[in-house]
Amino acid sequence: MLSTFLAILRRDLLLSWRGRADLLVTLAFFVVVVCLFPFGVGAEPNQLRAIAPGVLWVAALLASLLALHRLFAQDHADGTLEQLLLSSEPAVLWVLAKIAAFWLTTGLPLVIAAPALALLFDLEQSALPVLTLSLALGTPILALLGAVGAALTLGVRGGGMLLALLVLPLYVPVLIFGAGAVDAHLGGTGAKAQLLLLGGGLAGALALAPWACASALRIAME
Amino acid sequence: MTISTTTPGRAAVRPPQGWLRFAAPQQFYPLAGQLAPWFAALAALLAAAGLYIGFFVAPTDFQQGEVYRVIFIHVPAAWMSMFIYLIMAFWSAVGLVMNTRLSFIVSQALAPTGAMFCFVALWTGALWGKPTWGAYWVWDARLTSQLLLLFLYFGFIALTRAIEDPRRADRAGAVLALVGAVNVPIIYFSVQWWNTLHQGASVSIAKAPSMATIMLVGMLLMALAAWMYSIAVALWRVRALILERERHTEWVGAVLEAEAKAAGGVR
Repeated sequence: MLSTFLAILRRDLLLSWRGRADLLVTLAFFVVVVCLFPFGVGAEPNQLRAIAPGVLWVAALLASLLALHRLFAQDHADGTLEQLLLSSEPAVLWVLAKIAAFWLTTGLPLVIAAPALALLFDLEQSALPVLTLSLALGTPILALLGAVGAALTLGVRGGGMLLALLVLPLYVPVLIFGAGAVDAHLGGTGAKAQLLLLGGGLAGALALAPWACASALRIAME
Repeated sequence: MTISTTTPGRAAVRPPQGWLRFAAPQQFYPLAGQLAPWFAALAALLAAAGLYIGFFVAPTDFQQGEVYRVIFIHVPAAWMSMFIYLIMAFWSAVGLVMNTRLSFIVSQALAPTGAMFCFVALWTGALWGKPTWGAYWVWDARLTSQLLLLFLYFGFIALTRAIEDPRRADRAGAVLALVGAVNVPIIYFSVQWWNTLHQGASVSIAKAPSMATIMLVGMLLMALAAWMYSIAVALWRVRALILERERHTEWVGAVLEAEAKAAGGVR
C-alpha cells in the first residue's frame, strides 16, 4: 500500500519538476498579488501592518486556487487517470498521493515565501512563525478541498471559473482561522486556539476529502 | 454507460409495489401533476392569512415601529433557504446510495427555490437593516453565513447545469451538495467566531424582546406558506425536468400528445 502511495508521489513530483516553469508561475502570482495591495490601499505603514495577515492569506488562497486545475487535467487528457481508476489499488490512496505531491509543489513554496513577503508589510517579527505555521496547516486543507472541486469540474466547459465558484465558499473557514491566528497573536490573545482548529480541520479534511475526491473522479470518468 | 428507458432487460425484476413505485419518473410525473395545484392553493391561502395577520392584525412594535413587519417575509425565507439545502443534501445522499434518478431530479428542482429564498432573506434583511441598524449590510455572523449559503446554491446550480451528461451532472451535484452540507455548520461557526473577534457584540435579532403571540402566529403561517410554495414549485419543476430527461421515451411522447390534444380544443 505504501509503495503505491510513494510511487505516485514520486511520479507526480518528478513530472512537476520537469515542468517547473508552471510552479514558478503560481509563486509569481502570489508575489504579484501581494504587492498589488499597497497600490490599492495606500502605503501607510500602520494600515499595511493591519491588513498584512489577511492579504497574505487571501493571496495564498487565490494562488492555490489558480493551480488547482492542473491537479488532474493532464492525467485526464492522456488517459493516466482512467488507468489508475481501473487498477486494483484503492483510489483513496493514490488520490491522496496526488494531492500530497500537489501541495508539496504549489502549497509549500507559498508557505516558504510568505514570511519574506510579510516583511514588505512590516509585519512584526514575532508574528512570522505564527504566519508560517498557519499557512503550513491551512494550505493542505485548501489543496484537499480544492481537489474535490477539481475532480467534480474535470473536463467541464468553463471549468476554471466554475471551480472557483464551488471551492471559494468552502475556503472561508480556513481563511478565517488562518488570518485570525496571526491577528490573535498580534492582538496578544495568542494563536493557539486558531492553530488547533486549523490542525483539527486538516485532520478532518485528510479523512474525508480524498474519499469524496475519489468518488468524484469515478463519476467524472464513467 | 447504460441508457435506461422503460426497459426490457429488467423484465424479470418485480416492479416495486406501494409508494416506492413512485420512485420511477414515469409514475411520479402524473402524481406530481395532481399534487402540485393543491400545495399551490394551500400556499396561497396560508400566505394570504399570514400576510393579513402580519400587516393588519399584529400590533406595531414599540421599539422598531412598522419596520419590524418585514420579519413576516424575512424569517420564513431564511428558515426555508437553510432547510431546503438540507433536503437537497438528503435527496442527493438517497440518490447516491439507492441509485434512483428521481432523487437527483428532486434535489436539482429544489435548488433554484432555495437560492431564491436565500436571496429574499438577504434582500429583506438589508431593507430591515437600513432603518434599524443604519446600514444595509453589517458583517454579522448570520448575514455572512446566509451569503455564503447563497454562493453554495449558485455553485450547485452552476455545476449541474454545466455538465452535459445528465448522469454525471446528477452525481457530481450530489457529491457537491453533500460536501456543502458537511461544511455548512463549519462555515456557520467559523463565521460566528470571526465576527465576535472583529466586532465585539453586534446587533442581534435574538436579543429582540420576545414576540407577541399574534406575531408568532403570523410568522408561522408564513413559514407554512413558504413550505407549501416550495413543494408546489419543486413538483412542477420536477415534472419539467422529467419531461426533458425522458423525452426520447414512448410514454413522454404519449403524454405530450395527450396534452397537445387537450390544448387543441382551446386552440
